[in-house]
Amino acid sequence: MLTVVRDLIRLNREFGLGLFLVLLVAGFACLSFFAPIDTSMIYMAPPDMPPSSDYWFGTNSRGQDLFWQATVAIRNTLAFGLLVAVLSRIISITVGLLSGYMGGWVDRALMFVNDIFVALPIFPILVLFYFVLRSDLTPLTLALIMACFGWPYDARLIRSVALGLRHREFTRHAIFAGMNARKVMFEEHLPYVMPIVFSTAMANMIWSIGLEVTLAVLGFTDINQPTIGTMIYWANNHSALVAGIWWWIAVPVTLVVTTFIGLFLLAVSLNEHIDPRSRLRRMGG
Amino acid sequence: MKAYLWFAAKRAIQLLVVVFFGVSIAFFITNLSPIDPVQQTLSRITSRSGFSPEAVEQMRTALTELYGVDGSMFEQYLNFWRRLSTGDLGPSLIAFPTPAMTLVMRALPWTVGLLAFSIMMTWLLGNMLGGLAGYFQNNRLLKAFGVVAMGVQPIPYYIVAFLMLILFGFIWPILPISGGFAMNVRPGWNMPFILSVLQHAILPSMSLILVGFGTWFLGMRSLVSNIVTEDYVTYAELAGVKRNRIVFAYVMRNAAVPQLTALAMTLGAIFSGTIITEQVFNYPGIGTLLVDAVNGGDNATVLAVSTVAIFSVAVAIFIVDLIHPILDPRVKAE
Repeated sequence: MLTVVRDLIRLNREFGLGLFLVLLVAGFACLSFFAPIDTSMIYMAPPDMPPSSDYWFGTNSRGQDLFWQATVAIRNTLAFGLLVAVLSRIISITVGLLSGYMGGWVDRALMFVNDIFVALPIFPILVLFYFVLRSDLTPLTLALIMACFGWPYDARLIRSVALGLRHREFTRHAIFAGMNARKVMFEEHLPYVMPIVFSTAMANMIWSIGLEVTLAVLGFTDINQPTIGTMIYWANNHSALVAGIWWWIAVPVTLVVTTFIGLFLLAVSLNEHIDPRSRLRRMGG
Repeated sequence: MKAYLWFAAKRAIQLLVVVFFGVSIAFFITNLSPIDPVQQTLSRITSRSGFSPEAVEQMRTALTELYGVDGSMFEQYLNFWRRLSTGDLGPSLIAFPTPAMTLVMRALPWTVGLLAFSIMMTWLLGNMLGGLAGYFQNNRLLKAFGVVAMGVQPIPYYIVAFLMLILFGFIWPILPISGGFAMNVRPGWNMPFILSVLQHAILPSMSLILVGFGTWFLGMRSLVSNIVTEDYVTYAELAGVKRNRIVFAYVMRNAAVPQLTALAMTLGAIFSGTIITEQVFNYPGIGTLLVDAVNGGDNATVLAVSTVAIFSVAVAIFIVDLIHPILDPRVKAE
């Protein structure tokens, strides 16, 4: 595992850059634990101050220091994305491996459900949930709902790998050695799909964070919880751009774009690494 | 032909199931809402002038009938499907007494027009240039496209739309930034109106195209760069087949098939992209209607928009699926 990461950093510029960006953002998010002020309070600083040595990222019209505000916001956003990715991975791995290994009617039934989930437009459904739950739609609830919708495409990818593994020699050996289906799937097959799990997890984080930002910008989430999306919402609400307080919008946008580019580069380079042909070409083979 | 019909029939059943489940989910979620549309409408009407208690009671009965909310949950559910088949989901709350479906049908052409044009442009442009970039890997211009696509691809729709708005609305104000057409033209089949509509569609569609382009470009590039190493391509090159033919008929055509499947998969996501784009540019489509309805607590319209959204995404995926076997002969065998 570690050697793979070392090789990737050495051979793949994109992976190195992606890792650097993600670690940068994650480090910034960790600063939130050392915040000298309570970031949930408003009017703790003079409003509308441009970036300066006192307020590194400036302050907003609600009198919040944007530097510390942003650390908390990106922490919440990253935690949200990670939670959705982990939860939906559990579903997609289970469905993908079961479907690929068992085949037959299990496969057909699971893929039938899969097809339905792929075709459902998630955004109107999330809006419906907000419509009903209103302020009860906490980030945790939202993460749970999104995890329920974020697995089908990745489950299909995992299934296609598992389908290939099913007829390999070692699977037959494992079965003859008396391993039960659960053990074969999770001890023998899981390691083979792990690279896909990682790369789809990155893509899933981009997807979920993007949706959260979209919902928050419209005001369709818990707007009192600081996230990147709600930061943009409040900036918009106070017409920050029209008022010339550009740093209020620039801070969350820069952060989220950095996160996205980092995650995206990681996903792309991992994907390339999985495909041996493109890896060979990169190494000059 | 028989195999194709069988395939189409299977897909059609799948379409029906998706619509059935999606619309049922939408119905049950909206019905969990604590908002009582009858009470809401009543208080809105009676607040304007005094009514006798008998008149209010009469109105309540009439409204209950109108919204179809009498009886148990299951009865309402059956009632909902019966009413949906006639295209009636009760009056909307934000524009009472206009039926919710009328509002949706008024907004739908705007969204469909914007989406159809943007999706076609992004898909064609992205796949064309991406395919060429995958084949001619040393071309400077195509490499530059790759860098741009890489940079723009992960940016959320909202931010790109907003940047366009600032750029062409405030810094260099040459394009209309709000609405679907100018106020001073009369809607209809006349030249000024059509030109105005096209002009107002430029910015929203450009922001959608800009964001979508990267995904298709990068996907196609990696697909093509894998196909280029296949033996049959090398063989064709050695046999002296014309370059153009290799690129378009041998390589791109094969790479287009998985891209078509991907199109079906991403249609739902594109839909959420338009909602935010419409909101930014104040475009009179389905997205703006949905946001207004949610903010106005309008059950009937929210349900109508969701129903139509689920139905149209499912139908779009169905159509993409039907085209699939024409490009890829292997699908028929399935």
